[in-house]
Formats: sequence, C-alpha cells, structure tokens
Amino acid sequence: MSERLVGDLSRLPSAGFSTHGLWFWAGMAFILIETTGFALAGASYIYLMNGADAWPLDAPPPALGWGTAMTALLLISLAPTMVLSHVARMRDLKATRFWALVVGVLNGLALVIRGFEFTSLNVRWDQDAYGSITWALMLLHTLHLVTDFIDTGLLTVFLFTHQVDTERFSDVDDDAFYWMFVVAAWAPIYLLVYWAPRWLS
Amino acid sequence: MNGALRGLVLLAALTLAACHGPQNILDPAGKQAQDIDVVWRTMLVVCGLMYLLVMAFLGSALWRARRKPSDDALPIQSRTAAEGVLDRTLTGWIGLIVTGLIVLVSVSFLVDRSLADVGPDPLRIKVTANQWWWDVEYQGQGPSERVLTANELRLPVGRPAVVELHANDVIHSFWVPNLSGKTDLIPGRVNFITLTPTRTGAFRGQCAEFCGLEHAKMAFDVQVTSPQEFEAWRRSQLARAADPTGPLEIQGKQIFNGKACAMCHRVQGTDAGAGIGPDLTHLKSRATIAAGTLPNTRGDLQAWVADPQGVKPGTTMPRVPLTASELNAVVAYLETLR
Amino acid sequence: MSPVDAAPPATALDPEREARLALTWATPPGLWGWLTTVDPKEIGKRYVATGLVFFVLGGLLALLMRTQLARPESGLISPDRYNQIFSMHGTTMMFLFAVPIMEAMAVYLVPLVVGARTMAFPRLNAFSYWVYLAGGVMIYVAFLLNIAPEAGWTGYTPLSGPEYSPGKRTDIWAQMVTFTEVAALAAAASTATTILKLRAPGMTLARMPLFAWAMLVTAFMIMLAMPAVMLATSFLISDRLVGTHFFNAPEGGDNLLYQHLFWFFGHPEVYIIFLPGLGMVSEITQTFSRRTTFGYPLLVLALLAIGFLAFGLWVHHMFTTGLPHMGNSFYTAASMTIALPSGIQIFCWIATMWDGKPRFQTPLLFVVGFIITFVLGGLSGVMLASVPLDTQVHDTYFVVAHFHYVLIGGAVFPLLGGIFYWFPKVFGRMPNETAGKWSFWLIFLGFHVAFFPMHLLGLWGMPRRVYTYPSEMGWADMNLLSTAGSLVLATGVGVYLLNLAISWRRGRPAGPNPWQAGGLEWATSSPPPPHNFGYTPFVEGRQPLWTSGPHLPLMDGLSLDHREVLLTTVSDAAPDVREGSPGPTLWPLLTGLATTALFVGSIFNEWLIVWLSIPVTLCVVGWFWPKPSHTSKVGAPERTPPGALA
Repeated sequence: MSERLVGDLSRLPSAGFSTHGLWFWAGMAFILIETTGFALAGASYIYLMNGADAWPLDAPPPALGWGTAMTALLLISLAPTMVLSHVARMRDLKATRFWALVVGVLNGLALVIRGFEFTSLNVRWDQDAYGSITWALMLLHTLHLVTDFIDTGLLTVFLFTHQVDTERFSDVDDDAFYWMFVVAAWAPIYLLVYWAPRWLS
Repeated sequence: MNGALRGLVLLAALTLAACHGPQNILDPAGKQAQDIDVVWRTMLVVCGLMYLLVMAFLGSALWRARRKPSDDALPIQSRTAAEGVLDRTLTGWIGLIVTGLIVLVSVSFLVDRSLADVGPDPLRIKVTANQWWWDVEYQGQGPSERVLTANELRLPVGRPAVVELHANDVIHSFWVPNLSGKTDLIPGRVNFITLTPTRTGAFRGQCAEFCGLEHAKMAFDVQVTSPQEFEAWRRSQLARAADPTGPLEIQGKQIFNGKACAMCHRVQGTDAGAGIGPDLTHLKSRATIAAGTLPNTRGDLQAWVADPQGVKPGTTMPRVPLTASELNAVVAYLETLR
Repeated sequence: MSPVDAAPPATALDPEREARLALTWATPPGLWGWLTTVDPKEIGKRYVATGLVFFVLGGLLALLMRTQLARPESGLISPDRYNQIFSMHGTTMMFLFAVPIMEAMAVYLVPLVVGARTMAFPRLNAFSYWVYLAGGVMIYVAFLLNIAPEAGWTGYTPLSGPEYSPGKRTDIWAQMVTFTEVAALAAAASTATTILKLRAPGMTLARMPLFAWAMLVTAFMIMLAMPAVMLATSFLISDRLVGTHFFNAPEGGDNLLYQHLFWFFGHPEVYIIFLPGLGMVSEITQTFSRRTTFGYPLLVLALLAIGFLAFGLWVHHMFTTGLPHMGNSFYTAASMTIALPSGIQIFCWIATMWDGKPRFQTPLLFVVGFIITFVLGGLSGVMLASVPLDTQVHDTYFVVAHFHYVLIGGAVFPLLGGIFYWFPKVFGRMPNETAGKWSFWLIFLGFHVAFFPMHLLGLWGMPRRVYTYPSEMGWADMNLLSTAGSLVLATGVGVYLLNLAISWRRGRPAGPNPWQAGGLEWATSSPPPPHNFGYTPFVEGRQPLWTSGPHLPLMDGLSLDHREVLLTTVSDAAPDVREGSPGPTLWPLLTGLATTALFVGSIFNEWLIVWLSIPVTLCVVGWFWPKPSHTSKVGAPERTPPGALA
C-alpha cells in the first residue's frame, strides 16, 4: 500500500486568495451571468431605440445631475476599493477594517444618490417602451448596488465581531473585486440612460 | 441499419405517393414554391447521401464487431495500426462535409435571392389577420376599385401578387404551401410576400403561427384562375349586394340589420357597415365559411349562424338568439349575397 | 464476464480510516438529514428522480395529444385544454426535465468523475434542487387548477401579453421559468467550479474525461444563455403586472424583441440539453468498445466549437418574421456550420467502435440508437437552416419531427444509456440486461414509428400546435401511425423504468467496476461512501484505471475529521490548497422556500416583490453567517496562502 502513496497533501495551506479559493469562482460565475444580463438589457435598449422614430419617444431626456454625480462617486470609490483589496491580501486586520468601512460608506452613499436619480429620469416605466427599458436598466444596476451594500456591510460587521482568518480576508478581497464589477457595469448604463437620448434624439 | 435504409426508401415512396393536395409543400403550383422545391430536392439528395455514408460506416463497425473476441479483453490504449486509415478517412469525411455544406449554402442563397425578385406589374393585396380569420383587401385605383373579401384569395395565373401582411391582435403566419413559404403577420409591423401562381386550381392556406384558441381553424381558400376569370370575379366583387326580392329574404335582411349581426359585419350597399368581422357582401361566392372551417352550403351556414361556439369554440362570433324561423330567414338572406 | 467485481475499490484501502471519513462526511439520519443534506450524491439522486417524474408527466401529456390527433376532428379534448396540454408538454420537457436532469446527472457524477470529495458549492446544489422542485410543483398545481400556460412553451407576445392572455396562466408560466433558470444557474456555477478547481491531482485539462468537458461547456452555456430568457420573461411579466410596454407595439414596444431574447436563450438551450448527452455517449462508447476514444482532442474541440457556434444561430428560429434577407443568409451559413463539429464527433464515436472490441450491452445499444436517430435529426436541421426551405416547413410537423429526433435521439437516448451505465455505481446493483435490451428496442422502434411520419405530415402541410384537423386533409393515416408508435415508445419507457425500480432492490451486486471502465468514478465502491474516495487518486492518464490498473497511485493528507476538499490548479491540476467544505444545513431549504414565496407572491402583487425579498435576504444572511473557519479547525497553515501579499 505504501508504495502506492505518491504524495502528502497535509502541508498545503488551508485557504487561498483570489483564483486560489473557491468563492472567487462563485463570484466569477455570478459576474459572468450578470454581464450577460447587462449586455442583453443594453442590447434591448439599443434595439428599441433603433426601432423608434424619435428617442426618447415622448419625454425629455433624464436630467444629468444625479447620474453624473453617481458616475463620479463610483469612479472615486475605485481607489479605496483597490486599497482594500491590497490590505486584505496582506491580511492587515486594522487597515482592512478601516478601508472596508470607507468602501461601505461610499456604497451606501451611492444608494442615496440612486434614489435621487430615479426622481430625475423624467419618465415613468409605464409611459412607453422608452420609459420601461430605462427603468429596467436602472433597476438592474440598483439591484447590484443593494446586493453589494448588504455584502460589504455584513463583511465589515464581521471584521469587528468575529475572528478574522485568511478565509475572511479572502472574502473581503472577493467583495472588493465584485464592487469593481458593479462600477464597471455602470459605465455603459450611464451612457445609454443619460447620453443616448441626447446624442441620438 | 436495415431499418434505417428501409425508412429512407419508405420516405421516398411515400413522398412520391402523396405529391398532390391543396395544402402540400411537395405539390408546388407557384414560382416561389417551385424554387423552394429545388432546395428541398437538393437537400434530400445531399443529406440522404451523407446519411447513407454514416450508416454504412456504423454498419461496418457493427459487422466487424461480430468477428472479434470481446470478453475480458484488455482495453486498447496504445495507437493501433488502423488509426492511420481512420485519420485519412476522417480527413476525407471533413472534406466531404465542407463540400456538401458549400453546395447547400450556395443553392439556398441563390434561391433566397430569386425569391426576393417580385416580377413585373404585381397585383397588390392587403391581408390582415385576426383571431381567427383573414381580412382581404384588393387595392385598386381609388376606393371604387377596392375589393373587400375575407378568408379567400383569388389570383390570376402567371401574374405576381404582392401581399401586404398586417395583424390586428396577435402574431399569425400566412402560408399557402403550394404557392410559397410562409411569412408572419406581426402587430406593429408590415411584412410582404410575393405569390406567382403557375397553375390554375384550388388551394388552401392556413395560419402557421400559434395564435390562440382556434389556431387550428384559421384557414383560407385560394383560387387560381385565368386572368379573364379573375377579372370577371373582380368586377362582380365590386358590385354592391343585390337587394333581396323574396319575402323571406327581405325579412332575413331586416333581422340581420336589426339584431347583433350588423354590429360586426359589413354588407356593402346596406346599413350593415361594421368592420369587426368578415365582409359578407359576396359571401356565397366563397368556397368555405368560418375561415375554412365548414363548406359553404346552406346547411353548414345554418349550423354556423345557429351556434358558432359549437362549431368553433371561442370564436369571436357570439351566439345570437334567433327563433327557428328567424334563423331560416337570416340564412335565406345570406344565400342571396352572391 | 461476471458483473460482480471481486477486487476492492482502488481508493479505499483501510477500513478504519474509511469509517472515520464516512462519519465526517455522513448525512444525518432521518427526515432532518433528508432536508439538510448537502451531499451531491443524495441531491443528485433525488434531482434525477424528480426529473424522471416530470419526464413521465410530460410523456403522459404527449400521449393525450397523440390520442386527440389519432383521428381527424376528434372532440376528445377541448381546444382550451389542448393548448394547455401542449404548452405544458413543451414546458415540462424543456424546463423541468431535459435541462434539470442533465444538471442532476452532473451533480451526482462530476465529483466522482474528477476524483473529488464533493462539489465546489454543495449548499448551492441543495438550494438549486429545492427551487427547481418548487417551480415544478407550482406549475403542475396550476395545471390541475386549470390555470396552466396556454401560449406554448415559447410564450410569444402579444399572445402571452396582458391583452390576449388575461388571468394568471402566463404569469405562472413566466415565474416557473424563473424558478428553473435560478436552479440551473446555481447548479451550473457549482458544476463549472468543481470541474475547474476540484479535479484530482494529475488530471490536467488534456486528461479530463469527455463527460467532464461536456458538462463544463454546458455550464458555461447555461451562464451565458439563461439570463436572456430571464430577461424576456421578466419583461413579459412586468408588461402584464406593472404596465410596462416592452412588447406593446402602440407604445413603442416590439414583439420581435421578445423573440430575439427568447431564442438567444432558446437555441443554446438545445445544445445545453444535448451536450451532456454527447459526454455520456463518449464515456459509454469508450467503455463498451474496450478502446480509448478515437480523436479525443477533436472531440474536445468539437464540444467547444458547438458551444461557441450555438450563440450565433438564434435568428434561424425567426426566418419567417420578415427580417432582412442578407442577415438571414449569414445565419444559414452559421447554422449549417454546426454540421462540421457534429459530423466529426459522429465519426470519432463510430471509429472507436470500429477499431475497438465492442460489447453490445444496453448502454451501447442506446449509443447506436443515438447515432441512427441523431444524425437524421441533424440532417433535417441542416434543411431547416436554409431560409427558403425553412419558410415552408417552419412551424409544421416537419419541425416537430426534427426537434424530437434531435432531442430524444440526441439527449434522451444517451441519457437512458447513461442512467443504465451509472446505475450500478449509484445503487451498487446491476440493472437487468434482458429487460434493458427489451426497453431499448421498444423505445427505439416506437420512437421512429411515432416521429418519422411527422416529417411527411409537415411536408403535406400540417401545421404544429393544432388541436385538430379536417378529415379531407389526408393526414389521418400518418397521425394514427404516429399515435401507435407513441404507445410503443411509452411502453418501452415503462419497461425501462420498471427495470430500474426492480433492480434497485433486487439487482445482482455490482462491485466497484462492473463494466471494467477506466474512469475515476469506478475507483470507489458502489454505491460510493459519503466521502467518495478514501485516498485522493493521482491521475496518470485519460482512463486512470486502465492506465494505472489496480495500482492507481494515491495521495494522503486531507483531513479525516473535518470536511476538506483539495483545490488544484485550473489547467495542470497541481495540488494548491486544502479548503473547508460545509456540512449539513437547513439554510438552502429555507432560502429556497423564501425564494418560492417571493416568486409566487410576485404573480399576485408587485409590492410583494419588495416585501418578500426581505426574508430571502435574511435567509442568505443566515446561510453565510460566520462559522468557525476551516483554518481555525485544522490549524494555521505553515505556508503562506497562495495569492496573499507579504
């Protein structure tokens, strides 16, 4: 029997970061699914726009203020997110707690701005197809903001309340990665919702 | 293997045996259907050949297996002597598939191009699909030349007809297999299909996109006639309905106009002018009623008017309460609409 | 050859150690265990069984339709009921049988095939099953209450829209789709990660079994295709419930948008259904031909090519909608291109048999039946790819014949062969071979008698989805023949299932490797222990048991007392990390129930979407509430975790 044993796995590390851990791949799967969803929703927007005589069909374009503020906030949030990812990978608990709080607050702020954005779209979802698809894109992205807010919030709480091992640092790192995806997904939606009606009307 | 071969022979036999019918892809009676038939025949030959090759290879594999000791044999894992042959065969097979596909794509593409070609001086017809009947309008010079009919299409042989396709409610599909392929009628969109009959005769079309409860009973008649007969028909259709002369028919007309009938149907030249249901001005010149559901006999007409929901459950035509004598009178009136 | 394999499993050497591992990985006994298990084998078994129940239900609906159509102008079934029946048949077979059962086979088999203790996300698999079950039960309850879908499994607008499908029928259909899509996505994420990260050391991508390759491509296709139908049905349901206008033409909506979205999912869906079948065919052909698969690299490339091309074909379902001619020609060429990888695959399988020493037992018979049937369906698919020809046969019985040849021939035959093949592994008992052969011939012949005539009916002008037809159309004889065939087919399925049911308890003991196959799943006992493998197998070839024989090299060192899985690198499968794996938990079930409440509630009031998302959120929080970490259980690692920064 012993000659059949060709290796000992017991000295392998008990957790790994990024591609070395399973949860990263769950996040990737989710991102893949969501990217497809965003892409198809965006394609639907363009499809309806191409089929219309005028775009927006019968409404002023959304007011630019809040949406642009949102874009700025999300871009700014990328910096602390990258720092958070870095300190988590360094397994620096103090720094990780601090930057997780910063990212969590920015995330919450984004939700507040999103609330104002909905009041400045200048169209209702049940007015016409333009209104419907505009709201669909906004809601789809909002769902991601909310999901990540809950995720980041809980992780931040756990950083203060529970023992923090490599696994937890890795979770924080994955969460930071996900937030970058949420920011990246916003760019095309911002262009479609706020600028397509202006450039192409 | 043998079963498959037999199946193919059976297919060929049955295909030839059932080559005729008023609603049959294999009995083309129009330029478009004939063009498509070329694609079908090419496909049948090329694909049939491919199928036979695959079955022959499978058959030879099964045949070889009979001669080999199999039980308890060690699995073959190293490269075998036969692999060289198999590699070369595979290369040939890939070449054959690619060649076959090029042939099929080319034929398909050329026929598709020819279908897009309308031809000179087309007849213009507008067809609007409704749950579950067809509204037909021949667009002539000005409103006085406009022919309104329903659930039937009359076409002169040899002249292309461009049919403009609309839908009032849900998606339907316009299909007369003997004349051409199908094209959908989609609310909010306008499609076109060209039909160029090459042979006179009676054909049948049917809705080919599931459109709800009575999708199965949404057909229409197509009469392809000589240009002279077509012109005579067109003239007669332009005429308004003749006034009934018999007392029963006159009573029928009064009932028709006084009860629910006139709220949906139009009889040109009378007070009945609604466009919700089929135009009935020349009802009796058509081969069938209720969108190809019943033959246009007096008995069937009576059965239909008496209880539309029994014949075609769910149809938009309600059951209008009529006494036996009223029913008799209404049908007698309808019989005058020639 | 005796089916009882006397040799002990290649990976279980020490009884005491086996007992310790089994205790660590065991599912608790009784109902509690049944509700809380996260063992992919337990979940896989019930998933497959549920899939088979829906297969039978869908089949019974088909028999009802065939009975109605056996005679012209038959009045047995009212049009309303008939439309519900065919809608339910399609919905059941596509959403509740075909995709889930293929996923289910993966849930059971993938960890065994790649040599892992469990799946990457065992709780997600459990959640996937509960959501799938809830969706299926919901729509059948609706069917019994006469509120089943009525607009076909495709649910085209505006027929499915608020104006032409009032009531709740279509809402229930749309949400049932959401249920099954959520389930499929969850299972796909778990399957893909398992294949990429949990393969046994040494099982490089180039040595991965073709079944694993097929499931990997399928999982990616699910993740790329399913969002499209979720978007389509979400738009539809919001048009119906909150007055949006996505598909309402007078307000700028577009009915073709629905079709584009639906078929962007719907076409890949077909490949999602039959790619796993191709994986099963590859495994069966190899084992029963006693020869390694001919052209393994080509078969892998063909799987990838089909997965890729599948996303460029959806427009060929819309050739009659009046789209521009030039664009259509592109889709003709793209659709026909699929014939190339398919043709290569067929060649490789036949070549494997031709050059091997095939034993024609039931699983291989199903493979032969698959080739005869699927090639015919593939060729009629080439015909449908031609725009002109498609405008004739589209939405006729020719298409009905085509997709049953492709789906039953391409997916159900391999599935039945696959279930027969792996049955002894799952239950440790052999299915009866004589009954197996009987079932094959009944199914095979019944199928062709039932579906071949439909080609002719389509050419003779019979549209699909009609509840009856006039007698003068000349369609009666072929329809009667088809109905007779369907009864033979149903009998065959009955014999097949009865065989499994009886063999489950009374079959001869199978031993670890009754077919003398080469894959890792045969290196453990039948049925496998909760932990799958005593030692971690080390893979030296594509068929480890053939390459290494009884002396399969092993690795030691995974924890005996904590649930632990080995993560390996993606392409080389080099050992990388030992990660913890969750034990039994009720949270997947609770989350599934909360999700069910949310989906069902959304049918009745849009505000319930907001309120009922709160319990879903709470359940997810409970699910992920911190537990003692794996590191804290097994001790901090000596080595720096990979990916960490100093």
